[in-house]
Amino acid sequence: MNRLGIGGWSILVLAALFFGVPLVMTFAFSLWEGGDSYGFSAYQVLWHSPRLFEAASLSAELAVATVAAIIVLLVPAMIFMNLYAPRLRPLFEFIANLPFVVPAIALVAGLSALITGPDWLVETPFYLVIPYFFLALPYAFRSIDVGLKSIDLQTLTEAGLSLGAGMGQIVTLVVLPSLRSAIVGLTLLTLAVAFGEFTFANVLLFHTYAVYIDELGEHEVTGAAALSVASFLATWLAMLGVMYAGRSRTAK
Amino acid sequence: MKAPIAWLFIGAFLAFCAAFLVAPSAMLAVQSVFDDDGHLTAQYFAVLGQYRYEVAFRNSLFLSVASATSGVIAGGLISFAMLKPEAPRWLRTAVTSFAAVAANFAGVPLAFAFIATIGSLGMLTGMLKRVGIDLYGMGFSLYSITGLTIVYSYFQIPLMVIISIPAFEAMRPAWREAAENLGASAGQFWRLVGLPVLAPSLLSGWILLFGSAFSAYGTAYALTSGNIGLVTTEISAVLSGNVVSEPQVGAALSIGMIVVMVIVLLASSILSRRAARWTVRS
Repeated sequence: MNRLGIGGWSILVLAALFFGVPLVMTFAFSLWEGGDSYGFSAYQVLWHSPRLFEAASLSAELAVATVAAIIVLLVPAMIFMNLYAPRLRPLFEFIANLPFVVPAIALVAGLSALITGPDWLVETPFYLVIPYFFLALPYAFRSIDVGLKSIDLQTLTEAGLSLGAGMGQIVTLVVLPSLRSAIVGLTLLTLAVAFGEFTFANVLLFHTYAVYIDELGEHEVTGAAALSVASFLATWLAMLGVMYAGRSRTAK
Repeated sequence: MKAPIAWLFIGAFLAFCAAFLVAPSAMLAVQSVFDDDGHLTAQYFAVLGQYRYEVAFRNSLFLSVASATSGVIAGGLISFAMLKPEAPRWLRTAVTSFAAVAANFAGVPLAFAFIATIGSLGMLTGMLKRVGIDLYGMGFSLYSITGLTIVYSYFQIPLMVIISIPAFEAMRPAWREAAENLGASAGQFWRLVGLPVLAPSLLSGWILLFGSAFSAYGTAYALTSGNIGLVTTEISAVLSGNVVSEPQVGAALSIGMIVVMVIVLLASSILSRRAARWTVRS
Protein backbone atom coordinates (compact mmCIF):
# COMPACT_ATOMS: atom_id res chain seq x y z
CA MET A 1 0.00 0.00 0.00
CA ASN A 2 2.98 2.27 -0.30
CA ARG A 3 2.45 3.16 -3.93
CA LEU A 4 0.75 6.45 -3.09
CA GLY A 5 4.03 7.83 -1.84
CA ILE A 6 4.75 9.60 1.41
CA GLY A 7 3.17 12.82 0.13
CA GLY A 8 -0.11 11.18 -0.83
CA TRP A 9 -0.45 9.26 2.42
CA SER A 10 0.44 12.21 4.62
CA ILE A 11 -2.23 14.34 2.92
CA LEU A 12 -4.84 11.64 3.50
CA VAL A 13 -3.78 10.94 7.10
CA LEU A 14 -3.89 14.65 7.96
CA ALA A 15 -7.33 14.89 6.36
CA ALA A 16 -8.56 11.85 8.28
CA LEU A 17 -7.37 13.47 11.53
CA PHE A 18 -8.96 16.85 10.76
CA PHE A 19 -12.29 15.26 9.88
CA GLY A 20 -12.28 12.35 12.32
CA VAL A 21 -11.11 14.00 15.54
CA PRO A 22 -14.02 16.47 15.92
CA LEU A 23 -16.55 13.65 15.41
CA VAL A 24 -14.92 11.38 18.00
CA MET A 25 -14.45 14.26 20.44
CA THR A 26 -18.04 15.44 20.03
CA PHE A 27 -19.32 11.94 20.73
CA ALA A 28 -17.05 11.64 23.78
CA PHE A 29 -18.18 15.07 24.98
CA SER A 30 -21.85 14.10 24.65
CA LEU A 31 -21.20 11.22 27.07
CA TRP A 32 -19.69 13.50 29.72
CA GLU A 33 -21.85 13.74 32.85
CA GLY A 34 -19.66 16.12 34.78
CA GLY A 35 -16.54 15.30 36.74
CA ASP A 36 -15.13 11.92 35.78
CA SER A 37 -18.39 10.20 35.04
CA TYR A 38 -19.44 9.25 31.54
CA GLY A 39 -22.69 7.76 30.27
CA PHE A 40 -25.73 8.18 28.12
CA SER A 41 -27.66 10.52 30.41
CA ALA A 42 -27.63 13.41 27.91
CA TYR A 43 -29.26 11.11 25.35
CA GLN A 44 -31.80 9.86 27.91
CA VAL A 45 -32.81 13.41 28.83
CA LEU A 46 -33.22 14.31 25.18
CA TRP A 47 -35.24 11.18 24.48
CA HIS A 48 -37.77 12.25 27.09
CA SER A 49 -37.82 15.92 26.08
CA PRO A 50 -41.21 16.94 24.63
CA ARG A 51 -39.71 20.16 23.22
CA LEU A 52 -37.17 18.25 21.16
CA PHE A 53 -39.96 16.05 19.86
CA GLU A 54 -42.06 19.09 18.91
CA ALA A 55 -39.16 20.87 17.21
CA ALA A 56 -38.04 17.78 15.31
CA SER A 57 -41.56 16.93 14.14
CA LEU A 58 -42.11 20.53 13.01
CA SER A 59 -38.88 20.37 11.00
CA ALA A 60 -39.89 17.01 9.55
CA GLU A 61 -43.29 18.39 8.49
CA LEU A 62 -41.64 21.44 6.92
CA ALA A 63 -39.15 19.23 5.08
CA VAL A 64 -41.92 17.05 3.66
CA ALA A 65 -43.96 20.13 2.66
CA THR A 66 -40.91 21.58 0.91
CA VAL A 67 -40.43 18.37 -1.06
CA ALA A 68 -44.11 18.48 -2.02
CA ALA A 69 -43.74 22.10 -3.19
CA ILE A 70 -40.70 21.20 -5.31
CA ILE A 71 -42.51 18.25 -6.87
CA VAL A 72 -45.71 20.17 -7.57
CA LEU A 73 -44.25 23.52 -8.64
CA LEU A 74 -40.83 22.81 -10.10
CA VAL A 75 -40.89 19.34 -11.66
CA PRO A 76 -43.90 19.81 -14.00
CA ALA A 77 -42.78 23.33 -14.93
CA MET A 78 -39.36 21.96 -15.98
CA ILE A 79 -40.85 19.07 -17.95
CA PHE A 80 -43.23 21.38 -19.82
CA MET A 81 -40.56 24.04 -20.33
CA ASN A 82 -38.35 21.43 -22.03
CA LEU A 83 -41.24 20.23 -24.19
CA TYR A 84 -43.00 23.41 -25.20
CA ALA A 85 -40.85 26.41 -24.36
CA PRO A 86 -37.12 25.64 -24.60
CA ARG A 87 -36.67 29.37 -25.24
CA LEU A 88 -37.44 29.93 -21.55
CA ARG A 89 -34.45 27.82 -20.47
CA PRO A 90 -32.12 30.81 -19.85
CA LEU A 91 -34.81 32.40 -17.66
CA PHE A 92 -35.22 29.16 -15.68
CA GLU A 93 -31.46 28.90 -15.25
CA PHE A 94 -31.26 32.50 -14.11
CA ILE A 95 -33.97 31.92 -11.49
CA ALA A 96 -32.36 28.67 -10.32
CA ASN A 97 -29.05 30.45 -9.73
CA LEU A 98 -30.58 33.51 -8.08
CA PRO A 99 -30.60 31.98 -4.55
CA PHE A 100 -26.82 31.80 -4.81
CA VAL A 101 -26.56 35.56 -5.46
CA VAL A 102 -29.20 36.50 -2.89
CA PRO A 103 -28.00 34.92 0.38
CA ALA A 104 -30.62 33.44 2.72
CA ILE A 105 -30.24 36.25 5.24
CA ALA A 106 -30.82 38.85 2.49
CA LEU A 107 -33.88 36.97 1.22
CA VAL A 108 -35.36 36.86 4.70
CA ALA A 109 -34.76 40.62 5.03
CA GLY A 110 -36.54 41.16 1.72
CA LEU A 111 -39.41 38.84 2.60
CA SER A 112 -40.04 40.45 5.95
CA ALA A 113 -39.98 43.92 4.35
CA LEU A 114 -42.34 42.97 1.54
CA ILE A 115 -44.71 40.45 3.08
CA THR A 116 -46.24 41.57 6.36
CA GLY A 117 -49.55 39.78 6.08
CA PRO A 118 -52.06 38.21 5.92
CA ASP A 119 -51.70 36.57 9.30
CA TRP A 120 -52.80 33.12 8.13
CA LEU A 121 -49.72 33.14 5.92
CA VAL A 122 -46.96 34.75 7.96
CA GLU A 123 -47.93 33.42 11.38
CA THR A 124 -47.93 29.74 10.59
CA PRO A 125 -44.56 27.97 10.52
CA PHE A 126 -45.53 26.64 7.09
CA TYR A 127 -44.70 30.11 5.78
CA LEU A 128 -41.11 28.80 5.95
CA VAL A 129 -41.86 26.43 3.07
CA ILE A 130 -41.63 29.44 0.71
CA PRO A 131 -38.01 30.34 1.51
CA TYR A 132 -37.08 26.63 1.85
CA PHE A 133 -38.32 26.11 -1.69
CA PHE A 134 -35.74 28.64 -2.91
CA LEU A 135 -33.04 27.14 -0.70
CA ALA A 136 -33.55 23.77 -2.39
CA LEU A 137 -34.17 25.25 -5.85
CA PRO A 138 -30.58 25.29 -7.21
CA TYR A 139 -29.92 21.64 -6.22
CA ALA A 140 -33.34 20.44 -7.31
CA PHE A 141 -33.08 22.25 -10.64
CA ARG A 142 -29.71 20.69 -11.43
CA SER A 143 -30.87 17.24 -10.38
CA ILE A 144 -34.01 17.31 -12.59
CA ASP A 145 -32.05 18.90 -15.42
CA VAL A 146 -29.54 16.03 -15.41
CA GLY A 147 -32.41 13.54 -15.23
CA LEU A 148 -34.24 15.16 -18.16
CA LYS A 149 -31.09 15.28 -20.27
CA SER A 150 -30.54 11.55 -19.83
CA ILE A 151 -33.93 10.69 -21.37
CA ASP A 152 -35.11 11.70 -24.81
CA LEU A 153 -38.15 13.65 -23.68
CA GLN A 154 -39.25 14.72 -27.18
CA THR A 155 -39.20 11.19 -28.64
CA LEU A 156 -40.89 9.68 -25.60
CA THR A 157 -43.68 12.25 -25.82
CA GLU A 158 -44.19 11.82 -29.55
CA ALA A 159 -44.21 8.04 -29.16
CA GLY A 160 -46.83 8.38 -26.44
CA LEU A 161 -48.97 10.77 -28.48
CA SER A 162 -48.85 8.54 -31.56
CA LEU A 163 -50.02 5.63 -29.42
CA GLY A 164 -53.01 7.70 -28.41
CA ALA A 165 -52.00 8.72 -24.89
CA GLY A 166 -52.96 12.10 -23.47
CA MET A 167 -50.42 14.55 -22.08
CA GLY A 168 -51.39 13.69 -18.50
CA GLN A 169 -50.88 9.99 -19.13
CA ILE A 170 -47.51 10.60 -20.77
CA VAL A 171 -46.24 12.67 -17.86
CA THR A 172 -47.47 10.36 -15.11
CA LEU A 173 -46.84 7.01 -16.83
CA VAL A 174 -43.69 7.68 -18.89
CA VAL A 175 -41.81 10.83 -17.92
CA LEU A 176 -42.10 10.72 -14.12
CA PRO A 177 -41.14 7.02 -13.82
CA SER A 178 -38.03 7.60 -15.93
CA LEU A 179 -37.12 10.56 -13.69
CA ARG A 180 -37.59 8.38 -10.61
CA SER A 181 -33.94 8.26 -9.50
CA ALA A 182 -33.49 12.03 -10.07
CA ILE A 183 -36.58 12.67 -7.96
CA VAL A 184 -35.43 10.33 -5.19
CA GLY A 185 -32.09 12.14 -5.12
CA LEU A 186 -33.60 15.62 -4.98
CA THR A 187 -36.12 14.50 -2.36
CA LEU A 188 -33.39 13.37 0.03
CA LEU A 189 -31.27 16.48 -0.59
CA THR A 190 -34.28 18.74 -0.03
CA LEU A 191 -35.22 16.85 3.14
CA ALA A 192 -31.67 17.29 4.47
CA VAL A 193 -31.54 21.00 3.59
CA ALA A 194 -35.00 21.84 4.96
CA PHE A 195 -34.72 19.72 8.11
CA GLY A 196 -31.51 21.40 9.27
CA GLU A 197 -32.31 24.94 8.11
CA PHE A 198 -31.56 27.63 10.67
CA THR A 199 -31.38 31.12 9.10
CA PHE A 200 -35.04 31.67 8.16
CA ALA A 201 -36.45 29.84 11.18
CA ASN A 202 -34.27 31.80 13.61
CA VAL A 203 -35.00 35.23 12.16
CA LEU A 204 -38.73 34.55 11.70
CA LEU A 205 -38.89 33.07 15.24
CA PHE A 206 -40.15 29.55 14.57
CA HIS A 207 -39.02 26.67 16.79
CA THR A 208 -37.49 24.21 14.39
CA TYR A 209 -34.92 21.52 15.11
CA ALA A 210 -31.85 23.70 14.41
CA VAL A 211 -33.23 26.56 16.51
CA TYR A 212 -33.82 24.07 19.33
CA ILE A 213 -30.19 22.86 19.20
CA ASP A 214 -28.98 26.45 19.35
CA GLU A 215 -31.13 27.22 22.40
CA LEU A 216 -30.14 23.96 24.08
CA GLY A 217 -26.47 24.81 23.55
CA GLU A 218 -26.80 27.91 25.70
CA HIS A 219 -27.30 25.93 28.90
CA GLU A 220 -26.77 22.23 28.11
CA VAL A 221 -23.75 21.87 25.90
CA THR A 222 -23.57 18.08 26.24
CA GLY A 223 -27.13 17.80 24.95
CA ALA A 224 -26.27 20.01 21.97
CA ALA A 225 -23.23 17.81 21.30
CA ALA A 226 -25.45 14.71 21.42
CA LEU A 227 -27.81 16.28 18.88
CA SER A 228 -24.83 17.24 16.69
CA VAL A 229 -23.80 13.57 16.61
CA ALA A 230 -27.39 12.61 15.75
CA SER A 231 -27.47 15.24 12.97
CA PHE A 232 -24.26 13.91 11.50
CA LEU A 233 -25.67 10.38 11.43
CA ALA A 234 -28.94 11.61 9.88
CA THR A 235 -27.03 13.53 7.17
CA TRP A 236 -25.04 10.37 6.53
CA LEU A 237 -28.20 8.30 6.05
CA ALA A 238 -29.67 10.91 3.67
CA MET A 239 -26.47 11.01 1.58
CA LEU A 240 -26.28 7.20 1.46
CA GLY A 241 -29.79 7.32 0.03
CA VAL A 242 -28.79 9.96 -2.55
CA MET A 243 -25.80 7.88 -3.60
CA TYR A 244 -27.87 4.72 -3.76
CA ALA A 245 -30.42 6.50 -5.98
CA GLY A 246 -27.60 7.73 -8.22
CA ARG A 247 -26.10 4.27 -8.51
CA SER A 248 -29.36 2.67 -9.59
CA ARG A 249 -29.58 5.33 -12.30
CA THR A 250 -26.18 4.46 -13.77
CA ALA A 251 -26.86 0.74 -13.43
CA LYS A 252 -29.87 1.00 -15.72
CA MET B 1 -50.39 26.84 -27.50
CA LYS B 2 -51.18 23.17 -27.85
CA ALA B 3 -51.22 22.46 -24.15
CA PRO B 4 -52.81 25.08 -21.90
CA ILE B 5 -52.11 22.90 -18.87
CA ALA B 6 -48.38 23.14 -19.66
CA TRP B 7 -48.50 26.94 -19.62
CA LEU B 8 -50.45 26.81 -16.38
CA PHE B 9 -47.60 24.96 -14.66
CA ILE B 10 -44.85 27.10 -16.22
CA GLY B 11 -46.79 30.26 -15.35
CA ALA B 12 -47.41 29.13 -11.77
CA PHE B 13 -43.71 28.44 -11.21
CA LEU B 14 -42.61 31.75 -12.72
CA ALA B 15 -45.26 33.69 -10.80
CA PHE B 16 -44.22 32.03 -7.53
CA CYS B 17 -40.56 32.91 -8.13
CA ALA B 18 -41.46 36.47 -9.15
CA ALA B 19 -43.57 37.02 -6.04
CA PHE B 20 -41.36 35.42 -3.38
CA LEU B 21 -37.82 35.59 -4.76
CA VAL B 22 -37.48 38.41 -7.29
CA ALA B 23 -39.89 40.87 -5.65
CA PRO B 24 -38.33 40.59 -2.14
CA SER B 25 -34.86 41.12 -3.64
CA ALA B 26 -36.10 44.17 -5.55
CA MET B 27 -37.82 45.34 -2.37
CA LEU B 28 -34.43 45.45 -0.64
CA ALA B 29 -33.08 47.77 -3.32
CA VAL B 30 -36.11 50.06 -3.00
CA GLN B 31 -36.16 50.00 0.80
CA SER B 32 -32.47 50.87 1.09
CA VAL B 33 -32.82 54.20 -0.76
CA PHE B 34 -36.05 55.62 0.70
CA ASP B 35 -36.44 57.07 4.18
CA ASP B 36 -39.56 56.79 6.35
CA ASP B 37 -41.19 59.77 4.63
CA GLY B 38 -40.66 58.33 1.18
CA HIS B 39 -37.82 60.62 0.14
CA LEU B 40 -34.92 59.33 -1.91
CA THR B 41 -31.80 59.18 0.24
CA ALA B 42 -28.31 57.74 0.37
CA GLN B 43 -28.11 57.94 4.15
CA TYR B 44 -28.51 54.20 4.71
CA PHE B 45 -25.62 53.34 2.45
CA ALA B 46 -23.62 55.99 4.28
CA VAL B 47 -24.29 54.03 7.49
CA LEU B 48 -22.38 51.11 5.97
CA GLY B 49 -19.28 53.27 6.30
CA GLN B 50 -19.63 53.25 10.10
CA TYR B 51 -16.90 51.42 11.96
CA ARG B 52 -19.22 48.61 13.08
CA TYR B 53 -20.38 47.71 9.57
CA GLU B 54 -17.01 48.30 7.96
CA VAL B 55 -15.56 45.72 10.38
CA ALA B 56 -18.39 43.32 9.58
CA PHE B 57 -17.71 43.52 5.85
CA ARG B 58 -13.97 43.19 6.41
CA ASN B 59 -14.47 40.15 8.69
CA SER B 60 -16.87 38.49 6.26
CA LEU B 61 -14.61 39.05 3.27
CA PHE B 62 -11.51 37.87 5.15
CA LEU B 63 -13.27 34.76 6.47
CA SER B 64 -14.68 33.90 3.03
CA VAL B 65 -11.36 34.40 1.22
CA ALA B 66 -9.41 32.49 3.89
CA SER B 67 -11.77 29.53 4.14
CA ALA B 68 -12.28 29.34 0.36
CA THR B 69 -8.52 29.40 -0.23
CA SER B 70 -7.78 26.76 2.40
CA GLY B 71 -10.69 24.72 1.04
CA VAL B 72 -9.41 24.86 -2.55
CA ILE B 73 -5.85 23.95 -1.56
CA ALA B 74 -6.68 21.17 0.91
CA GLY B 75 -9.64 19.86 -1.10
CA GLY B 76 -7.60 19.88 -4.31
CA LEU B 77 -4.72 18.00 -2.65
CA ILE B 78 -7.09 15.38 -1.22
CA SER B 79 -8.77 14.79 -4.61
CA PHE B 80 -5.36 14.63 -6.24
CA ALA B 81 -4.04 12.08 -3.74
CA MET B 82 -7.08 9.81 -3.81
CA LEU B 83 -7.49 9.90 -7.60
CA LYS B 84 -3.90 8.86 -8.32
CA PRO B 85 -4.10 5.74 -10.48
CA GLU B 86 -2.07 3.92 -7.83
CA ALA B 87 -4.59 4.69 -5.08
CA PRO B 88 -6.72 1.76 -3.94
CA ARG B 89 -10.38 1.82 -5.04
CA TRP B 90 -11.89 1.55 -1.57
CA LEU B 91 -10.11 4.77 -0.66
CA ARG B 92 -11.86 6.68 -3.42
CA THR B 93 -15.28 5.36 -2.38
CA ALA B 94 -14.64 6.14 1.28
CA VAL B 95 -13.39 9.70 0.64
CA THR B 96 -16.17 10.54 -1.84
CA SER B 97 -18.97 9.35 0.41
CA PHE B 98 -17.52 11.02 3.49
CA ALA B 99 -17.13 14.28 1.52
CA ALA B 100 -20.81 14.18 0.54
CA VAL B 101 -21.78 13.93 4.21
CA ALA B 102 -19.32 16.50 5.60
CA ALA B 103 -20.16 19.06 2.89
CA ASN B 104 -23.77 18.91 4.07
CA PHE B 105 -22.94 18.92 7.77
CA ALA B 106 -23.01 22.64 8.45
CA GLY B 107 -24.89 25.18 10.49
CA VAL B 108 -25.60 24.88 14.18
CA PRO B 109 -24.63 21.18 14.70
CA LEU B 110 -21.22 21.85 13.16
CA ALA B 111 -20.66 24.78 15.52
CA PHE B 112 -21.44 22.60 18.56
CA ALA B 113 -19.19 19.80 17.29
CA PHE B 114 -16.29 22.24 17.35
CA ILE B 115 -17.30 23.76 20.68
CA ALA B 116 -17.24 20.23 22.11
CA THR B 117 -13.83 19.61 20.55
CA ILE B 118 -11.74 22.77 20.80
CA GLY B 119 -14.04 25.17 22.62
CA SER B 120 -12.66 26.55 25.87
CA LEU B 121 -14.05 23.48 27.70
CA GLY B 122 -13.71 21.10 24.75
CA MET B 123 -12.38 17.55 24.95
CA LEU B 124 -9.32 18.15 22.80
CA THR B 125 -8.53 21.41 24.59
CA GLY B 126 -8.59 19.52 27.89
CA MET B 127 -6.49 16.63 26.61
CA LEU B 128 -3.85 18.95 25.19
CA LYS B 129 -3.80 20.88 28.45
CA ARG B 130 -3.02 17.68 30.35
CA VAL B 131 0.04 17.10 28.17
CA GLY B 132 1.13 20.69 28.68
CA ILE B 133 -0.25 22.45 25.61
CA ASP B 134 -2.55 25.27 26.67
CA LEU B 135 -4.28 26.32 23.43
CA TYR B 136 -6.18 29.22 24.92
CA GLY B 137 -3.13 30.28 26.91
CA MET B 138 -1.26 30.49 23.62
CA GLY B 139 -3.80 32.97 22.30
CA PHE B 140 -5.94 30.58 20.24
CA SER B 141 -9.67 31.00 20.41
CA LEU B 142 -12.39 29.09 18.60
CA TYR B 143 -14.56 32.19 18.86
CA SER B 144 -12.32 34.26 16.59
CA ILE B 145 -11.90 34.69 12.84
CA THR B 146 -9.14 32.06 12.91
CA GLY B 147 -11.45 29.69 14.77
CA LEU B 148 -14.28 30.35 12.33
CA THR B 149 -11.94 29.70 9.40
CA ILE B 150 -11.07 26.28 10.86
CA VAL B 151 -14.73 25.44 11.44
CA TYR B 152 -15.76 26.59 7.95
CA SER B 153 -12.98 24.45 6.45
CA TYR B 154 -14.89 21.44 7.75
CA PHE B 155 -17.55 21.94 5.07
CA GLN B 156 -15.43 23.88 2.54
CA ILE B 157 -12.76 21.18 2.02
CA PRO B 158 -15.24 18.36 1.30
CA LEU B 159 -17.23 20.69 -0.97
CA MET B 160 -14.04 21.29 -2.97
CA VAL B 161 -13.29 17.55 -3.06
CA ILE B 162 -16.70 16.95 -4.64
CA ILE B 163 -16.29 19.82 -7.12
CA SER B 164 -12.74 18.95 -8.16
CA ILE B 165 -13.16 15.20 -8.74
CA PRO B 166 -14.35 15.60 -12.38
CA ALA B 167 -11.52 18.03 -13.13
CA PHE B 168 -8.84 15.67 -11.83
CA GLU B 169 -10.47 12.71 -13.57
CA ALA B 170 -10.29 14.61 -16.87
CA MET B 171 -6.49 14.82 -16.61
CA ARG B 172 -5.13 12.05 -18.83
CA PRO B 173 -2.21 10.00 -17.50
CA ALA B 174 -0.94 10.17 -21.09
CA TRP B 175 -0.19 13.90 -20.70
CA ARG B 176 2.04 13.16 -17.76
CA GLU B 177 3.78 10.35 -19.67
CA ALA B 178 4.23 12.55 -22.74
CA ALA B 179 5.75 15.32 -20.62
CA GLU B 180 8.08 12.82 -18.94
CA ASN B 181 9.18 11.40 -22.29
CA LEU B 182 10.03 14.92 -23.43
CA GLY B 183 12.18 15.30 -20.32
CA ALA B 184 9.92 17.52 -18.22
CA SER B 185 10.28 17.39 -14.44
CA ALA B 186 7.25 16.99 -12.18
CA GLY B 187 7.45 20.71 -11.36
CA GLN B 188 7.52 21.68 -15.02
CA PHE B 189 4.58 19.40 -15.78
CA TRP B 190 2.42 20.99 -13.08
CA ARG B 191 3.48 24.54 -13.87
CA LEU B 192 3.07 24.29 -17.66
CA VAL B 193 0.35 21.68 -18.14
CA GLY B 194 -1.41 20.51 -14.99
CA LEU B 195 -2.30 23.78 -13.29
CA PRO B 196 -3.30 25.67 -16.47
CA VAL B 197 -5.67 22.82 -17.36
CA LEU B 198 -7.11 22.75 -13.86
CA ALA B 199 -7.25 26.53 -13.44
CA PRO B 200 -10.85 27.14 -14.63
CA SER B 201 -12.28 24.38 -12.41
CA LEU B 202 -10.21 25.47 -9.41
CA LEU B 203 -11.35 29.05 -9.95
CA SER B 204 -15.03 28.19 -10.23
CA GLY B 205 -14.64 25.98 -7.16
CA TRP B 206 -13.12 28.90 -5.26
CA ILE B 207 -16.07 31.13 -6.23
CA LEU B 208 -18.58 28.56 -5.00
CA LEU B 209 -16.69 28.18 -1.73
CA PHE B 210 -16.44 31.95 -1.32
CA GLY B 211 -20.19 32.24 -1.77
CA SER B 212 -20.98 29.46 0.67
CA ALA B 213 -18.79 31.05 3.37
CA PHE B 214 -19.95 34.59 2.67
CA SER B 215 -23.63 33.71 3.08
CA ALA B 216 -23.17 31.24 5.96
CA TYR B 217 -25.05 32.29 9.06
CA GLY B 218 -25.95 29.44 11.44
CA THR B 219 -22.42 28.32 12.24
CA ALA B 220 -21.23 31.86 12.91
CA TYR B 221 -24.32 32.73 14.94
CA ALA B 222 -24.00 29.70 17.20
CA LEU B 223 -20.24 30.12 17.62
CA THR B 224 -19.72 33.82 18.14
CA SER B 225 -23.15 34.85 19.50
CA GLY B 226 -22.53 38.30 18.12
CA ASN B 227 -19.02 38.83 19.52
CA ILE B 228 -17.55 38.96 16.05
CA GLY B 229 -19.48 41.04 13.56
CA LEU B 230 -20.11 39.39 10.22
CA VAL B 231 -22.42 40.84 7.59
CA THR B 232 -24.92 37.99 8.00
CA THR B 233 -25.08 38.27 11.80
CA GLU B 234 -25.34 42.09 11.58
CA ILE B 235 -28.33 41.77 9.24
CA SER B 236 -30.02 39.36 11.62
CA ALA B 237 -29.30 41.73 14.53
CA VAL B 238 -31.09 44.51 12.67
CA LEU B 239 -34.00 42.23 11.72
CA SER B 240 -34.55 40.91 15.23
CA GLY B 241 -34.24 44.37 16.74
CA ASN B 242 -31.12 43.58 18.79
CA VAL B 243 -29.48 46.81 17.69
CA VAL B 244 -31.04 50.22 17.47
CA SER B 245 -31.15 50.87 13.77
CA GLU B 246 -33.74 51.26 11.07
CA PRO B 247 -34.79 48.30 8.93
CA GLN B 248 -33.40 50.23 5.97
CA VAL B 249 -29.90 49.59 7.32
CA GLY B 250 -30.59 45.86 7.10
CA ALA B 251 -31.72 46.33 3.51
CA ALA B 252 -28.59 48.33 2.67
CA LEU B 253 -26.40 45.60 4.23
CA SER B 254 -28.25 42.96 2.21
CA ILE B 255 -27.77 44.94 -1.00
CA GLY B 256 -24.08 45.19 -0.08
CA MET B 257 -23.90 41.39 0.13
CA ILE B 258 -25.69 40.96 -3.19
CA VAL B 259 -23.30 43.45 -4.83
CA VAL B 260 -20.28 41.50 -3.51
CA MET B 261 -21.73 38.23 -4.88
CA VAL B 262 -22.44 39.78 -8.28
CA ILE B 263 -18.93 41.26 -8.52
CA VAL B 264 -17.34 37.94 -7.58
CA LEU B 265 -19.44 36.03 -10.12
CA LEU B 266 -18.72 38.53 -12.90
CA ALA B 267 -14.99 38.47 -12.16
CA SER B 268 -15.00 34.69 -12.21
CA SER B 269 -16.81 34.47 -15.54
CA ILE B 270 -14.33 36.90 -17.11
CA LEU B 271 -11.32 35.10 -15.63
CA SER B 272 -12.55 31.64 -16.52
CA ARG B 273 -13.20 32.70 -20.11
CA ARG B 274 -9.66 33.97 -20.27
CA ALA B 275 -8.30 30.83 -18.63
CA ALA B 276 -10.29 28.62 -21.01
CA ARG B 277 -8.98 30.50 -24.05
CA TRP B 278 -5.46 30.12 -22.78
CA THR B 279 -5.90 26.41 -22.17
CA VAL B 280 -7.17 25.79 -25.69
CA ARG B 281 -4.22 27.62 -27.23
CA SER B 282 -1.58 25.81 -25.22
